[in-house]
Amino acid sequence: MSVAIKNVSIAFGERTVLEDFDVDISAGEFVAIVGRSGCGKSTLLRSVVGLETPRTGTIILGNVAEHSGKPDVRVMFQDSRLLPWRRILPNVMLGLEPALLPHARKVLAQVGLAERANDWPATLSGGQRQRVALARALVHDPNLLLLDEPLGSLDALTRIEMQQLIEDVWRSRGFTAMLVTHDVAEAISLADRVISIEGGRVALDEVVNIPRPRTRGSARFAALEERILGRVLQRRSVF
Amino acid sequence: MNQSQKSPAMKTQLRPSTLAKQALPWVVPISLLIVWQWASSAGILPSRFLPSPRAVVTSFIELSASGELWMHVRVSTLRALAGFAVGGGLGLLLGLLTGSLHWAETLLDTTIQMIRNIPPLALIPLVILWFGIDESAKLFLVALGVFFPVYINTFHGIRSVDRGLLEMGRTYGLSGWPLYREIILPGALPSILVGVRFSLGLMWVILIVAETISARSGIGYMTMNAREFMQTDVMVVGILLYAILGKLADLLAKGLERYWLRWNPAYQAAR
Repeated sequence: MSVAIKNVSIAFGERTVLEDFDVDISAGEFVAIVGRSGCGKSTLLRSVVGLETPRTGTIILGNVAEHSGKPDVRVMFQDSRLLPWRRILPNVMLGLEPALLPHARKVLAQVGLAERANDWPATLSGGQRQRVALARALVHDPNLLLLDEPLGSLDALTRIEMQQLIEDVWRSRGFTAMLVTHDVAEAISLADRVISIEGGRVALDEVVNIPRPRTRGSARFAALEERILGRVLQRRSVF
Repeated sequence: MNQSQKSPAMKTQLRPSTLAKQALPWVVPISLLIVWQWASSAGILPSRFLPSPRAVVTSFIELSASGELWMHVRVSTLRALAGFAVGGGLGLLLGLLTGSLHWAETLLDTTIQMIRNIPPLALIPLVILWFGIDESAKLFLVALGVFFPVYINTFHGIRSVDRGLLEMGRTYGLSGWPLYREIILPGALPSILVGVRFSLGLMWVILIVAETISARSGIGYMTMNAREFMQTDVMVVGILLYAILGKLADLLAKGLERYWLRWNPAYQAAR
């Protein structure tokens, strides 16, 4: 599902977060949005799913003509937001018809947690909880998956594991993905395109031309990371 | 492997100290009981002030054998439960209403908070005037007393449901009753149960006072009746019965907490 963001402005009180923001994302594309904290990248994501209402501008999901019902958008948040009073499998089943239980089991197995189906979320590690959150999003077969710093609170090793998992799932299912992250390396290893936001506008829109699977050590990877990081950090000297 | 080797040694080391730890809290009450019995038998404590523990036990056995005791316990328990059902139920309903709907809060909350400041027991003269010393008087007092803890904690529970979970639920297409059932109610439940537990304690306190002042049956009646005949042993039995019933109600509430909140690590560890 494509995403067309046109002239979007969002403000909280006096503070403008996004101003005349324009981005087009085509169907099946994986876009990463980077930027310093407070630059509005999470706000952008939240406005796509309708959790924030833009003051001006429009956000069009998919081809309007082809969508009569509610578009299939799912979000993964930084905290897993699992329901603590539901066991793992029922958490994955949230908002799903009971008949789809076998499907939910299958998706839970895909994220490698089939044997934890009957456990409480409180007994899982942070990484495992995010896997369950991913399964909960994937079970709906979304056309658009929004990832709001989903790996931000995980340790380095679990992060890399989760990045691989997300990339695999995205490649096999072909949904459109928008990833908000402050980790430039993560953005480059996952995305087709990296967008950085500064002052409420697109400061950089860079296509990542490195063949997958991408290895972090490669010279091209490092050069691109250096360039994007430089761009994100540049403004700091001005302030 | 390592653990299985370690554990027997650990257990033998721990056992005597845990036994002592379990026995320790009982040392003071049991000693008091012994001193009490001794003082009664030695004639230091006259039975018209306080009967001996043995007399209390004998009186308990006699009263329960004749069936009189159980009749009073049944009457009191039914009163307590009926009052709790009415007051707690209304508190839950209104708490859910004002917690969920802003217009309901604006409409009702100020009034409820004003009435809350009246101690239910202060209403006894009026209640006797309205209902006589009928069953409805006791029901009214208990219901009024338990209403507020349940109401306030339900309201508070609904208001403190995790915003992040609500947001997540909405992005997953939940709204209306499903959102309520999956997220709002379970999220408010810990707080609601605190209110239930609190009001179960209050329920007995109010009933004791109401039954002592005006009743023709029930534990309070039995105790007051015994006073007329200076049957201190029966009075103590009545007082202990209230304590036991109160403890039972609290255990029930605790059991509910442990079952309904078993997902919460804070309630799993609690003993």
